Amino acid sequence: MNAPTKKLRVATTSLAGCFGCHMSFLDIDERLLELVQLVEFDRSPLTDIKHCGPCDIGIIEGGLCNAENVHVLREFRANCKILIAIGACAINGGLPAQRNHLSLSAILEEVYHAQHGLVDGFIPNDPELPLPLDKVHPIHEVVKVDYFIPGCPPSADAIWKVLTDLLAGKEPELGHGLIHYD
Amino acid sequence: MSQSNTFTLDGKTIPYSEGQTIIQAAMAAGEYIPHLCFNPEFKPHGSCKLCTVKANGRQTASCTQHPAPDMVVESDTKEINDERRTLLQMLFVEGNHFCPSCEKSGNCQLQATAYQLNMMSPHFDQFFPDRPLDASHPDYLLDFNRCILCSLCVRASRDVDGKNVFALSGRGIKSHLIVNAKSGRLADTNFSGDDKAAHVCPVGVILKKRVGFAIPIGSRSFDEQPISATPHPQGACPVGPRSNAATLPPHPTVKDA
Amino acid sequence: MLNQADTHAGYLDPILIRHRHNANDLLQILIAAQDHYGYIHSDAIDHLSGQLGLPRSKIEGVSGFYSFLHLQASGEYRVLFSDNITDRMLGNMDLMQSLCSQLWVEPGKVSEDGLLSINTTSCTGLCDQGPALLVNNIAINRLTQERVNAIGELIRERLPVSAWPAMFFAIEDNIRRRDVLLGSHPKPGSALAALLQQGAAETLQQIKISKLRGRGGAGFSTGSKWELCRDAPGEQHYVVCNADEGEPGTFKDRVLLNSYADRVFEGMTLCARIIGATRGFLYLRGEYRYLLEHLQAVLQHRRQQNLLGDAILGQADFNFDIEIHLGAGAYICGEESALIESLEGKRGTPRNRPPFPVTHGYLNQPTVVNNVETFAATCLICLQGGAWYAGIGTETSSGTKILSVSGDCERPGLYEYPFGVTVSQVLSDCGAKDTQAVQISGPSGVCIAPDEFNRRIAFEDLPTAGAFMVFDRSRDMFEVARNFVHFFKHESCGFCTPCRVGTSLLSNMMDKLSHGHGSPYDFAEIEKLNVLLQSTSHCGLGHSACNPVLDTIARFRPAYDKRLAHKEFVPAFDLDRALSQARQMTGRDDTGAHLERSHE
Ligand SMILES: Cc1cc2nc3c(=O)[nH]c(=O)nc-3n(C[C@H](O)[C@H](O)[C@H](O)COP(=O)(O)O)c2cc1C
Ligand code: SF4
Ligand code: SF4
Ligand code: SF4
Ligand code: FES
Repeated sequence: MNAPTKKLRVATTSLAGCFGCHMSFLDIDERLLELVQLVEFDRSPLTDIKHCGPCDIGIIEGGLCNAENVHVLREFRANCKILIAIGACAINGGLPAQRNHLSLSAILEEVYHAQHGLVDGFIPNDPELPLPLDKVHPIHEVVKVDYFIPGCPPSADAIWKVLTDLLAGKEPELGHGLIHYD
Repeated sequence: MSQSNTFTLDGKTIPYSEGQTIIQAAMAAGEYIPHLCFNPEFKPHGSCKLCTVKANGRQTASCTQHPAPDMVVESDTKEINDERRTLLQMLFVEGNHFCPSCEKSGNCQLQATAYQLNMMSPHFDQFFPDRPLDASHPDYLLDFNRCILCSLCVRASRDVDGKNVFALSGRGIKSHLIVNAKSGRLADTNFSGDDKAAHVCPVGVILKKRVGFAIPIGSRSFDEQPISATPHPQGACPVGPRSNAATLPPHPTVKDA
Repeated sequence: MLNQADTHAGYLDPILIRHRHNANDLLQILIAAQDHYGYIHSDAIDHLSGQLGLPRSKIEGVSGFYSFLHLQASGEYRVLFSDNITDRMLGNMDLMQSLCSQLWVEPGKVSEDGLLSINTTSCTGLCDQGPALLVNNIAINRLTQERVNAIGELIRERLPVSAWPAMFFAIEDNIRRRDVLLGSHPKPGSALAALLQQGAAETLQQIKISKLRGRGGAGFSTGSKWELCRDAPGEQHYVVCNADEGEPGTFKDRVLLNSYADRVFEGMTLCARIIGATRGFLYLRGEYRYLLEHLQAVLQHRRQQNLLGDAILGQADFNFDIEIHLGAGAYICGEESALIESLEGKRGTPRNRPPFPVTHGYLNQPTVVNNVETFAATCLICLQGGAWYAGIGTETSSGTKILSVSGDCERPGLYEYPFGVTVSQVLSDCGAKDTQAVQISGPSGVCIAPDEFNRRIAFEDLPTAGAFMVFDRSRDMFEVARNFVHFFKHESCGFCTPCRVGTSLLSNMMDKLSHGHGSPYDFAEIEKLNVLLQSTSHCGLGHSACNPVLDTIARFRPAYDKRLAHKEFVPAFDLDRALSQARQMTGRDDTGAHLERSHE
């Protein structure tokens, strides 16, 4: 691959996810070296940058389960030319969304008050803590998302394929074997 | 006189015989047209509309539409595949499809068809319906979250097993599957694992207990080949008679829901 | 001791006997069975299942399909407010809210004492005298605050509906313009006598010459339909009159059945003679159940006059009788193949076609399905000749059409015109002022704007099943479309994916716009849905479900632009509201406990 004149800036984050997608991203192994020739990282678990600045590509793992997730997602959308949802949770809510058929009040009640063994349980109300949303949402329900890489997690090859397609200015496409939802 | 008993499918000549529908003739000729509610063993139903093609310029369900001599049928076109993908996305958001925790994953026709048609996201907002599952039966589990209302289990139980274990109730978006018991529980029906109905579900609703995830990722039905290259998937049931499920050691019974 | 099922045998067995234990009559049996408790008791299903030899799952599946059948207790008084846009325009929502607060019940729920439930239902066909409601399936018109207060009082006093003031149930015909059909009063039996005189083949010929086309919407040639059916091989042939009249804003069949029932039945009998049928059905929408007694009486009278039954008018080989089947709150059962499924006691799901009912209809036998008005018109043709009829109307739309006019006009009601009448003529006749739009043929028809009011009611221009809803400039055409979209969502049968899910998606999108969360993105989505529903839906309901939105976007764009608060995509739900449960549970209200609407 020919190195572009200017490195593309990439930011990544995990919202209501398990970092599994990030682990898979790292699984691209030695190709990571190839990648850092082409891109530089903005906010990401790989860097120490706290807020996402102007970027070419933003990669979001995980869905939205609380107010902070929404803030971070919006910051990414505002700063990234291309936003990619990566993994089942970002795409359809995934495991965290399994709580969606219960009411949030009932869940908080159960977790902090009713559960056996809790004495004087109270629901944490520290303003530092982000409040949970009543339902977990996939990210495309809240901001426009440009590309999706499904999988739980997507394979390193799938991530690599989408990124290299994009770097090459192509419409990313996963064929048989690379597209999977589990 | 052109008395040809053939039509063309994406330019290929397909012979057909009296009574065959477009998809039946296409399958016999080894051609794949996406489908979900159609199963070659059963009378065509025509509800999922995944098999939509353009026949002489008009969209129609190829599982119920009979061909006419020299009919021009288009199937694998961008326009039609885009529509099919949207139909799939509708099915995905209508139910709760969390493939990573689904035993059918890798053997699921809905999922495999979505791969085939490059469905990268469900696109629409999720409905997140509340559909409790039925784990009452000692050997089988019903996870209604994944039901696509294809009616195959209904047809199999009624027409093959002569039992009517399953039926559809409700209307519109509230349509849902019910079982033939006053309690509403599968355990109280005469359902049996030997029923045809136990093995036709194209998705992960009717599942045999204690054999889930038996087939390793990589060797499941649609891991090796895309659905288009898998001949007659027929509801490919990973825990059906064709699998090695019977040889697996029993697990402790899942607590009834 | 009596076991559970036996306690139900008491009221179920007479019903079963009346229906000869015929499983094809399942829907009719369930409707009758429900009268006992106001819902279908789970033990009653055991009894029916045993007696009819039907699996329980089938009985539950059928019950679950129809809005008016209940498997759970739903109150001794079941109040359903008609929710067509015309009812809305007349203030039905406030009246419903008022009744709810009077009786301490939430819409859609059963009151705690189990006394009543209040909900909305699709158009009940009383748009000319709305707002309307159904109480235990009996219609009450012209609701006012006083009337609603009185109803609340009657329910509180637990007075049976049969003892309520008769004036509540005084449904009017409101015939405003009569032409050849509504203006003539041939003697019952005269058309049959004419048929016997000229012969069945010649009568069919006259119907073909008349160029009569179906009045139920699709406009298929009636003569050809009868001929195809006559010529189709079968053990039995059947005649079915489609009186499902579910298209919102349509109520002409209601009047025909109320005041011209003889004519309708006579048309069916003509058809029977021509196609060789001995049995006929009138499929009467559940909303018109109050007409049932009257219709039964007309049938009985005709039997006495030897116009129905065995050896009609002395012809030994002319035997024909008509049964009335009730619907139970499912618009889709107006679609002819769904109607036939319903007649067979099944869920009202449209069949795969071909084959069509003319060759494979009721019990897979050749069947003619025609609209009420179509049958009524055939009597006229039989009496006055096909050429006479063909001379009325336009070249391709012969005869007259009855319009059900409602909405913003001084004189709502029935208007019969020769085909070809302009919309503006109708508007001036009904006293419509400052008209912004007319919805022709209901939600599945078209919505037109003033620059099209010179268009004509005719198959070649504005085809219609009869609805003509008028909206003046004070009306919000976006809300009109939204009401129609909710209607389609409620009435989708759920059989096919595009319509089952698509009508919900469309309804959600319209709600999203209505809540101020709209952007051009949503417009594109609506357009995409429209294309998909048109091309892949199984039946006409899905094909037309997007029409109201597309028509109003094309013609009343400002009503939508008002709602496009955003240039970029915003979520359908309110993010700040999505935190409200958490705020409540934690007692927090600091800035961090809120999310502003959007990032823009
Ligand atoms: C969703 C849907 C609803 C319909 N509702 C009615 C109805 O209420 N009454 C009616 O006569 N035709 C209705 N039709 C049309 C019927 O399918 C059929 O064409 C008609 O009854 C034939 O009678 P005609 O030829 O006399 O018009 C409906 C069609 C569709 C697709
Ligand atoms: S049924 Fe198929 S699509 Fe649905 S969750 Fe299971 S594997 Fe995924
Ligand atoms: S359970 Fe399976 S086979 Fe039965 S209707 Fe649902 S998806 Fe189809
Ligand atoms: S288009 Fe709608 S009403 Fe018609 S069959 Fe499909 S789901 Fe049913
Ligand atoms: S496969 Fe043809 S409609 Fe489902």
